[in-house]
Amino acid sequence: MSNMKLTRRGLIKTGAVAGATGLALPTYLRADGHAGFLNAPQGSTVTLGFNVPQSGPYADEGADELRAYELAVEHLNGEGDGGMMNTFTSKALQGNGILGKKVEYVTGDTQTKSDAARASAKSMIEKDGAIMITGGSSSGVAVAVQALCQEAGVIFMAGLTHSNDTTGKDKRANGFRHFFNSYMSGAALAPVLQAAYGSDRKAYHLTADYNWGYTTEEAVRTSTEAMGWETVNTVLTPLTQTDFSSYIAPVLQSGADVLVLNHYGGNMVNSLTNAVQFGLRDKQVNGKNFEIVVPLYSRLMAKGAGANVKGIFGSTNWHWSLQDEGSKAFVKSFGTKYGFPPSQAAHTCYVQALLYADAVERAGTFNPCGVVEALEGFEFDGMGNGPTLYRAEDHQCFKDVLVVKGKEEPTSEFDLLEIVEVTPVEQVTYAPDHPQFAGGSLGTCNPGA
Amino acid sequence: MGLNKKDFTLLLIVAILCLFAPFILNPFPEGSALAQFNAGYPDLMQRLVIFGIFAIGFNILFGLTGYLSFGHAAFLGVGSYAAIWMMKLLTMNVIPAIVVSVLVAGVFSLLVGWISLRRSGIYFSILTLAFAQMSYSLAYSVLTPITGGETGLQPKVDDPRILDRVLEISTSQRANLFGLDMNTSHVVRLGDWAFTFNAGYYLAAIVMLVAFYISIRIFRSPFGMMLRAVKSNQQRLNYTGLNSKPYTLAAFVISGMYAGLAGGLLVAMDTQVGAERMFWTASGEVVLMTILGGAGTLIGPVLGAGFIKYMENIVSKINKSILEQWFAFMPDGIEDLLITLVYPFIGKGWHLTLGILFMLVVIFLPGGLVEGGQRVGRLFKRKKPADDKPDGKTTPAE
Repeated sequence: MSNMKLTRRGLIKTGAVAGATGLALPTYLRADGHAGFLNAPQGSTVTLGFNVPQSGPYADEGADELRAYELAVEHLNGEGDGGMMNTFTSKALQGNGILGKKVEYVTGDTQTKSDAARASAKSMIEKDGAIMITGGSSSGVAVAVQALCQEAGVIFMAGLTHSNDTTGKDKRANGFRHFFNSYMSGAALAPVLQAAYGSDRKAYHLTADYNWGYTTEEAVRTSTEAMGWETVNTVLTPLTQTDFSSYIAPVLQSGADVLVLNHYGGNMVNSLTNAVQFGLRDKQVNGKNFEIVVPLYSRLMAKGAGANVKGIFGSTNWHWSLQDEGSKAFVKSFGTKYGFPPSQAAHTCYVQALLYADAVERAGTFNPCGVVEALEGFEFDGMGNGPTLYRAEDHQCFKDVLVVKGKEEPTSEFDLLEIVEVTPVEQVTYAPDHPQFAGGSLGTCNPGA
Repeated sequence: MGLNKKDFTLLLIVAILCLFAPFILNPFPEGSALAQFNAGYPDLMQRLVIFGIFAIGFNILFGLTGYLSFGHAAFLGVGSYAAIWMMKLLTMNVIPAIVVSVLVAGVFSLLVGWISLRRSGIYFSILTLAFAQMSYSLAYSVLTPITGGETGLQPKVDDPRILDRVLEISTSQRANLFGLDMNTSHVVRLGDWAFTFNAGYYLAAIVMLVAFYISIRIFRSPFGMMLRAVKSNQQRLNYTGLNSKPYTLAAFVISGMYAGLAGGLLVAMDTQVGAERMFWTASGEVVLMTILGGAGTLIGPVLGAGFIKYMENIVSKINKSILEQWFAFMPDGIEDLLITLVYPFIGKGWHLTLGILFMLVVIFLPGGLVEGGQRVGRLFKRKKPADDKPDGKTTPAE
């Protein structure tokens, strides 16, 4: 090797050339080259971002959402029994990942704070190259992350968010919601309440003092007043309130004979328990039995409130005791994997993940604009809610809504709610420019490049 | 620049760290198992310097005067709301947003400080805490039309944006600096490594350097000396006939303005405000940052802020499947055991890890990370003199 002389000049030359080739290949993140959209999947995998509350007040829902996502990834990759992929009317999904790419995922903790949720979603987009963000268990977080995804140029599939605003004044082109909303709760509940309690009632509202509370109160008030009820009073309660006795006492003096609790999570558990302890349900007012209504129910809340939920009406997006093929398949594969039935949060998240994957398959591209096009106006069935439409005007799913009642004789710790009525979709459909949803615009889809 | 040699070196080191942060924070190649620990992506880098500014400002009050404010997040929040409203009403250019956020936070802190500083010690802390929680509740529900309540505020397509409309600049809803988009990133690939250079980060870093420089000048000024006098014995200071209140109030307002600046920058980098930004845990976080890094030191708060934000964003994202990848090479039994042992400390358990580290630092390094650095430094210094001591081998006994 006598001709391999290492000279100083030679070394500098090679170094310069090597350095130049390395540095001469800059790529702009925004332009992301050939694909034409942000975070185009490279290689044989695609990364999804599951952004759920793992700490804070909705950690239970978050944990259930994450279980559902893990199940969905299994099914998408062709492992497990396939769950709802077998009952889904669209047969685009093959069980070989999405567009042949194996599905991988990253997780983050939203902490149920919009800042933390955005930080976590941003790191998924910027660091892990996630092509879609999904999850969340509160409307504040959903709106914040939806706006971020619109700006960044990825798809957002909302998790549990019930406020009208998510697909109302804060709707975005890159965001989609499968879950139902406050308006639908009100519209579904009103006829059932009329049948059960009559049309001559005086209602008193206790409302959690934040956006979701406001929209729910407005929705329930409007629907019940339309059938002849009178709203005696509406009182806002702080979100951090744990003892509601001071709010319950004035209810009796007001002459009202129905109490509507626009509360969710721990709020609802506490206010309902207080109301029952005060003996409201044994009272006779205006010659009628005093009644309590909880617009948004979840199994996890019913569990917290225990025996107090017996006979109390509310609405829910989905319940595991539904007997259609989709629900049965989902409950079976969820139960096999985890040993207990899924919550409505788990259901909506699982469905959202499948809907996204299916839309990509049908569009033939991961490009967010293609996915938006595939989802807009998409009609499907077999996902547990009957025939469902993803409306193009506001990216809201329209499907049947369940009116449920606390079960009088629960047989297990999961069997707490019974379905009273499946309200048909026509009854909960509204115009995209309905006053409760006015003031926003979708804008145009953003592929981020 | 009016700095002595030691301070100038410190400023220079911080400047170099900021400049090369994209390299320093991305030490592991893409796709490797350790890439999980890379922190060199724009959002986290921006947060590191912005919360650095927040902590520097807090340290001017807490480190110098000893007044422990438990409500600094309120100023950060007020600054953020001011900034987002500038973006909604005037222009998406970040300059007006940042300037106004500092001013509004200054006025608000003057009001809060003027009332709270009538008391000292724990009473002062409680008063500031009460103000901050009040601001939080106002923002979360009472003032919903102005603050957006739970859903917060984001720029929308149909916002007025008067300046942008009049000057016909652009209709984009992205924060920019005279057309330079804050999200613009330039990725340099060197082999398996990818380094991201982000416009917003460098803007924030420059602002942080200016903030750091001002903080050094305050520390070394007669005004800073007076603040230290307040900390060591305010009563004695009062007995000498000096009214210390203007000094403490000035320190309070300055640190409030720093918080407002941080809030404005947060909005400039990520155009969204939520009320949680003002929650008391956010106020507590800046106290943790300052103590963890070293209260009363110049660089300490920046280190503390970086440390906590790193934990929050990196450790919280490690999940079970990543652990399984890491330990996959081990035999099944040991793998499962290790995963069970480590699992409580990652993901949602990041608070636990942070808490343990915080306890360790406070117990063993009361001066924070800076003291740790000094100890390591001393370890090397002590060796050197030991080498040329006259009683070593080389020197004869008599």
